[in-house]
Amino acid sequence: MAVELIKERKAVAMTGNQAIAEAMRQINYDVAAAYPISPQTELMGFFAEYLANGLVDTEFITVESEHSAMSAVIGAAAAGARAMTATAAQGLLYMYENLPIASNWRLPITMVLVNRALSAPLNIHCDHGDAMTARDSGWIQLFTENSQEAYHSLIMAVKIAESALLPAIVNMEGYIVSHTIGNVNLLTDAEVREFIGESDWRKNVPHPLLDTDNPVTYGATALPDYYTELKYPQHLATFEAKEHVKRVLEEFNRLAGTNYQVIEPYKLDDADFAIVVMGSTAGVARTAADQLREKGIKAGVLKIRLFRPFPYEEIAEALKHIKAVAVLDRHDSMNGLASPLYQDIASALYHLPERPMLHDFIYGLGGREVTVEDMLKAFNRLINIYTGRETRDRFTEYLQVRE
Amino acid sequence: MTKRKKFVNIPVLTNLAEESRDWPYENPLAPGHRMCPGCSIPPIVNMALLEYGKDVVTGSNTGCLEVTTGVFPYTAWTVPWIHVAFENNAAVISGAEAAYRAFKKKGKIDKEIHFVSINGDGGSYDIGFQSLSGAAERNHNMLYICYNNEGYQNTGYQRSSATPIGAFTKTTPVGSKVVGKEEKRKDLTLIMAAHEIPYTAQANPFNYKDFTYKIKKTKDIKGFKFINVLQSCTLSWRTKPEDAFRALKLATETLYWPLYEVLEGKFWRINIKPAKPKPIEDYIAMQPRWRHVLKMPEVLDRIKEEIYTKWDFLVRMEKLSKELAEDLGFSLDEIFNMSWEEYQDKVKPKLKEKTYLF
Ligand SMILES: Cc1ncc(C[n+]2csc(CCOP(=O)(O)OP(=O)(O)O)c2C)c(N)n1
Ligand code: SF4
Ligand SMILES: [Mg+2]
Repeated sequence: MAVELIKERKAVAMTGNQAIAEAMRQINYDVAAAYPISPQTELMGFFAEYLANGLVDTEFITVESEHSAMSAVIGAAAAGARAMTATAAQGLLYMYENLPIASNWRLPITMVLVNRALSAPLNIHCDHGDAMTARDSGWIQLFTENSQEAYHSLIMAVKIAESALLPAIVNMEGYIVSHTIGNVNLLTDAEVREFIGESDWRKNVPHPLLDTDNPVTYGATALPDYYTELKYPQHLATFEAKEHVKRVLEEFNRLAGTNYQVIEPYKLDDADFAIVVMGSTAGVARTAADQLREKGIKAGVLKIRLFRPFPYEEIAEALKHIKAVAVLDRHDSMNGLASPLYQDIASALYHLPERPMLHDFIYGLGGREVTVEDMLKAFNRLINIYTGRETRDRFTEYLQVRE
Repeated sequence: MTKRKKFVNIPVLTNLAEESRDWPYENPLAPGHRMCPGCSIPPIVNMALLEYGKDVVTGSNTGCLEVTTGVFPYTAWTVPWIHVAFENNAAVISGAEAAYRAFKKKGKIDKEIHFVSINGDGGSYDIGFQSLSGAAERNHNMLYICYNNEGYQNTGYQRSSATPIGAFTKTTPVGSKVVGKEEKRKDLTLIMAAHEIPYTAQANPFNYKDFTYKIKKTKDIKGFKFINVLQSCTLSWRTKPEDAFRALKLATETLYWPLYEVLEGKFWRINIKPAKPKPIEDYIAMQPRWRHVLKMPEVLDRIKEEIYTKWDFLVRMEKLSKELAEDLGFSLDEIFNMSWEEYQDKVKPKLKEKTYLF
């Protein structure tokens, strides 16, 4: 049986992977299934230590592949369990087939995605390529900036998923967050358990397979006469999900004293120029904005925490008065106008009567280090295009490429 | 099949077939499913699930069984059933079984629930082999049934690795240079026995007493159980619907599909030994998909070689098993007739003592 380990709140130095393993222990999932892939491997190793020492009750299924990891947590969640998995890059792509199934069935699974670049070339370091491939899968997606946020987000994700009845991904950047020590304020075990509530197979999902007195069929074929009707409720649910996310963030803020919102504007109120970014780069971008402000340039940053469902109303509100916005995409979606975040931002702003000029920078691919100088370069290029000092051939440019 | 009564927001069918209320008097698979006339999947599923009762969680890969039993808003399943994709039901059910264990150990659920995954040969021999092997190796407490119709029927009959030598399929046509499938059948039953899972067997719905005996046996055994069941397919074998079971009968009488069982990869027992095996030609003659080989002695020869060497192998394995059983102070039948608990108590300790035999 799970033991109470943390009885008083405390601050500890932890890597993102350690913090996530700690959250997993406190959540005390019924079922976890995972397959090793860098940079996620270490996380599951930490969790296995808890298991080996009898500190958690979780049934840990050491599956033979990521496809089976997602399949097993779908089976577990449909049975009525609180279930999770964790993966990265190739692992996510390998399990991908199952993602839209979990969301259409409204299974409140949580997944930690330790962001890693997609092959080829093979690379185990961070970018957001994996998360971007899941953006149409119907999963909720949260991005995090550091191990503290990753720890908090997994706890919040359990509650978000179970109230929105949609699966949720917590993105944590590979190595930059997963393997980097940061200060993490831990909640007590009791606080976490009270926040997420006791797992009850009769209540975690509306139609548990284990309820053999009320047999259900999961996965019937739906032909052209019904397919649309079975997609539409999911479509509506993704819109409702944002309200669930907001409510859970608020509840969590009250518990932990944090100030989490679906987006995090920084010095945007009077800004002329802004960077939109997700993940750990937000900190670097804020430093760059501060430096520009010292020189009299009104710069700001918008960090996006909730990537799916995309909080387009909040984003339009935050950016509507800005002159020019640089969207920083840690992924190249190829063959499009620009990369995913740019496209989403552009859509969010399109209906405004007046809207900022937009430019897209692809940066930080395959773990390329991101410096304050890079952010200053992005701001300067943006300002120069806006003022007409420089021209552009495309809406999207690589920020850090060696020519 | 019963139409579900209320529109639910979640595409899961509730308020299932009326038949579920009459358990266990009606078939677990309610009438009205869309399988072809003469298809032997329904008797396989019904015989298996009748033995398991209503406290069971079942599932299937994509394939004929799946696509004909759940077409929204109808379902033929009177027990909980889950289909996720083509290659993963072993993993899906292993997740459900782990969920059950999680709640059981915390005292949050009382009843005894069994787990049964029923899948086609394509989803077991080929694309789903990995998840099957994984679930078997992790020894989840579940029964996996492969209904083996020797091809991908749901997609209109393409070859699978269970398709026999010479058989026509859409991807192994009969041409002037190549005649049907060139490779012999992969032997999934042997592969599963080599996993040394608690129980592996081959069955035939024609031999229903043997089949239900095997199903009953799996209910008592803790751990992973695998049964490979030959299944006639009206559409692709092109046997007349009314001849389906005659063909299946011949499959075992000709030694094409031997019925045997294996305990932990150690004890092998052949369940039906035809006194005088019928010629394989009789079996082939009933299947237009395959009949052309009757005029091709070299192909027939390869088919015979495959069948008879396999039979010889099984007879030898049984002989070894008998010797082993006797060394331990039992007859082979005694060992197979024991409950799983008895087997653990009586046979396992002795096996340990005598491992030098291997
Ligand atoms: C990943 C994937 N590949 C291919 C298919 C197409 N497909 C669906 S069922 C099937 C064949 C099923 O064969 P088998 O498992 O033998 O079952 P049967 O149809 O014979 O009952 C195929 C190829 C699919 N659904 N998913
Ligand atoms: S195609 Fe074959 S296996 Fe499929 S339902 Fe028809 S007879 Fe049965
Ligand atoms: Mg088949």
